[in-house]
Amino acid sequence: MAKAAVKKAAPAASPSVERRPALAGRNVSATGVKVEELPPAERMSLRAPEPSVAALSKALGLTLPKKPKTSVSKAGRTALWLGPDEWLVIDEAGNDPLADCAKVAALHSAVCISHRNIAISVMGPAAEAAINSGCPQDLSLDAFPVGAASRTILGKAEIVLLRTAADAFRVECWRSFSDYVFTFLSEGARDAAG
Amino acid sequence: MLLIRCPYCEEERPELEFRNAGEAHIARSANMAGESDDDFEKFFFIRSNPKGIIYERWRHMHGCARFFNAVRDTVTDKFIMTYKAGEPKPSKLPKNSNEVVAK
Repeated sequence: MAKAAVKKAAPAASPSVERRPALAGRNVSATGVKVEELPPAERMSLRAPEPSVAALSKALGLTLPKKPKTSVSKAGRTALWLGPDEWLVIDEAGNDPLADCAKVAALHSAVCISHRNIAISVMGPAAEAAINSGCPQDLSLDAFPVGAASRTILGKAEIVLLRTAADAFRVECWRSFSDYVFTFLSEGARDAAG
Repeated sequence: MLLIRCPYCEEERPELEFRNAGEAHIARSANMAGESDDDFEKFFFIRSNPKGIIYERWRHMHGCARFFNAVRDTVTDKFIMTYKAGEPKPSKLPKNSNEVVAK
């Protein structure tokens, strides 16, 4: 919530604010699926009523999706539809979406959650099966096409799932759940491979 | 696993994503302080608990996180229909529940 208060400070200059990845590069490879931690990204939780959406879209440089279970991606920035007035904005290019929204006068709530979430990539032909080991959603390409995004569950933890390619998913979860989610996906990957 | 149609996500989702939130269409009095104890008890504690059709609030907790209303049969555990929060209680229920849920 504190705007830009927790920005990436140079780690060498101030080790106390150094970003420590929760999974520290953990990765697991099984036949047909690879699970690994993704690098840190800027994330923002955005809530806004319908009349504000156009102004926010303009400020963010992408059109916020209005259709359920969809996402819009542009220049390293992805906006995921989570609810009728709720989006998760992920910026992997290092630009701060919060700063862009700060200029918007229209009613909205933008909260920095860069450090709350971590992202795990699940890749390979068996990725779908690996995630389905704990996620009850239909992940076939018909029901969950490339670009589809949804908040859902994996085992006992809540995740946000984004399909980045036919055989690749991005799994976002809370940092405190990351060990559980990673271990669950690793087990799922082994099962899917076996 | 039951599949429940979320009116906001506009599709059926697995029941694990949902949470029941009690009986629907219970109006809170605008003048709570003026309520008699009996009326308050009725509002706060007494639920219809029918055998058959029940109108319930549900929440798509691990999805869009929105509350909505659902009509469910407590005997068969079948969801007859779901509709958005704030919409009036449906006056007529669809005949064949399967058709509506699968819409």
